[in-house]
Amino acid sequence: MVRALVAAVTVGIVCPVLGTFLVLQGMAFFGDALAHAILPGIVLAFLVGWPLALGALLFGLASAVAIGVISEREEIREDTAIGIVFAGSFALGVALLSTVRSYATDLAHILFGNVLGVSDDDLRLIVVLGILVLLLVVLFYKELLVMAFDPILAVVLRLPVRGLRYLLLVMLAITIVASLQTVGLALMIAMLVTPASTASLLARRVPSMMAVAAALGVASNVVGLYISFYLDVASGPTMVLVATAVFLGVFAADPRRRRREVHAAMSPGPLAPGR
Amino acid sequence: MVFRFRRPPEHQPTAATVELEHVWVYRKGVPALEDISFRLERGEQVAVLGPNGAGKSTLFQVIVGILRPQRGRVRIYGSGPDRHLCIGYVPQRNQIDWRFPVTVWDAVMMGRVARIGFFRWPGPRDREAVAQALAEVGMDAYRERQIGELSGGQQQRVFLARALAQEAELLLLDEPLTGLDVPSQEALLAILDRLRHRGISIIVATHDLGQVMGRYDRVLLLNRRLIADGPPAEVLRPPILAQAFGSHLHILPLPEGTVAIPDTCCSNREMVQPLVSGRPGRDRP
Repeated sequence: MVRALVAAVTVGIVCPVLGTFLVLQGMAFFGDALAHAILPGIVLAFLVGWPLALGALLFGLASAVAIGVISEREEIREDTAIGIVFAGSFALGVALLSTVRSYATDLAHILFGNVLGVSDDDLRLIVVLGILVLLLVVLFYKELLVMAFDPILAVVLRLPVRGLRYLLLVMLAITIVASLQTVGLALMIAMLVTPASTASLLARRVPSMMAVAAALGVASNVVGLYISFYLDVASGPTMVLVATAVFLGVFAADPRRRRREVHAAMSPGPLAPGR
Repeated sequence: MVFRFRRPPEHQPTAATVELEHVWVYRKGVPALEDISFRLERGEQVAVLGPNGAGKSTLFQVIVGILRPQRGRVRIYGSGPDRHLCIGYVPQRNQIDWRFPVTVWDAVMMGRVARIGFFRWPGPRDREAVAQALAEVGMDAYRERQIGELSGGQQQRVFLARALAQEAELLLLDEPLTGLDVPSQEALLAILDRLRHRGISIIVATHDLGQVMGRYDRVLLLNRRLIADGPPAEVLRPPILAQAFGSHLHILPLPEGTVAIPDTCCSNREMVQPLVSGRPGRDRP
């Protein structure tokens, strides 16, 4: 139980922090797609005896490249390309996994997590990967922020745009692998996006948004873990349910409604619709 | 010692700020810019005037180095645009995500990211640069405001401050006065006038003829090719304007003199194309 707790707390910090960048850039769909697309990488690594993280990373990068190549064509939009790669890759993963005898259980664990089954070795990997991602966020914070806010500025400032894009991708893949056992691939998106979205309703600046998101992530995960333990329900989904309930609560309370109303009354706004 | 990815090139002392030589840019097989040649010297303030679709944004992209011309050369202070940190780009307001949770201070500080370098945090020099830039544009009192809470004119000034904080010596302003009321326009123009004395070169892209009268050293009339390049008095004449604006120009002979009214307006779809190849998942128009 203690190991599960530590895993839940680690994931509750790392996912929302990285997820902040996804939420800010409207990359939620991409995050979900990537989580699903790395399944074959994990399965192959497992079958061949390689570290799961490596398989995940390789397939993560391969998926991103595939999405890029497919969406180069005029006729295919980017979100369609993402959908195609995600579904195809996921199907490949499930197919590969079905060749293994313990297929059904394994698949359930991969998709929905198995935090109570985290071993000491697993935990060590989770914490190390988690610290690695947090370190990268700290080291490259301002560059990632510029990329998220204004990609043209990134070019004007001669930032290594391609490298930073791949960096985010790699960080995402590492985060997914670290969080795999806690929440599973199918619900990974919730761990990445929900606490950060709640934070976006509460925070005015990005650093505080990350801090609030992390706090909410930890709280949801710990509370969810305990509830699942005592109700004998799957842990990963329970954590997600708590995080979602928190979001809905904050959303309903609408802390910035008054400010929005005042602002709307003051200026018609020069903003173009749809952006 | 700043760890920067690549060192910015030296500014050659005798070189022009911007020099384009026979630049051609093709987009999907069709020329967006045809045989563009011009020079901009230090401290000059010029307007690039042309209807929507004329290639003004493409011109900016080529100067910044986002686009490489298929033919011809672009030189900034004597070398290609790549790696230069002295070019400041002030985007059209409809390109910015105003819901992004950053304050005015945060947005302007982003202009310093290249000067700060990798693995370092903003230092006293950076904070000073941001404070000075904000003072220059008169937005110091708004430091802590979230950018979405600003008026159009204020937003424009924040992004100008960002370019100043970047220590840009060449400013490219893309339709800066569009949608601003007259007092806001005048406030912005007053700031640009002050910058003239600092030797900062400025290029303003606009489709609005009215904005250009009586203000600039030179006007470049653009509609895929450079139709005219000279003092406003020479360029802003109906027969020349007609070449750029075509049927979008209405010429009225009045007793006081001939009046030329362009009817180009509003959204500039050119810039709505993603300039940097789209990020996965990012919404596209």
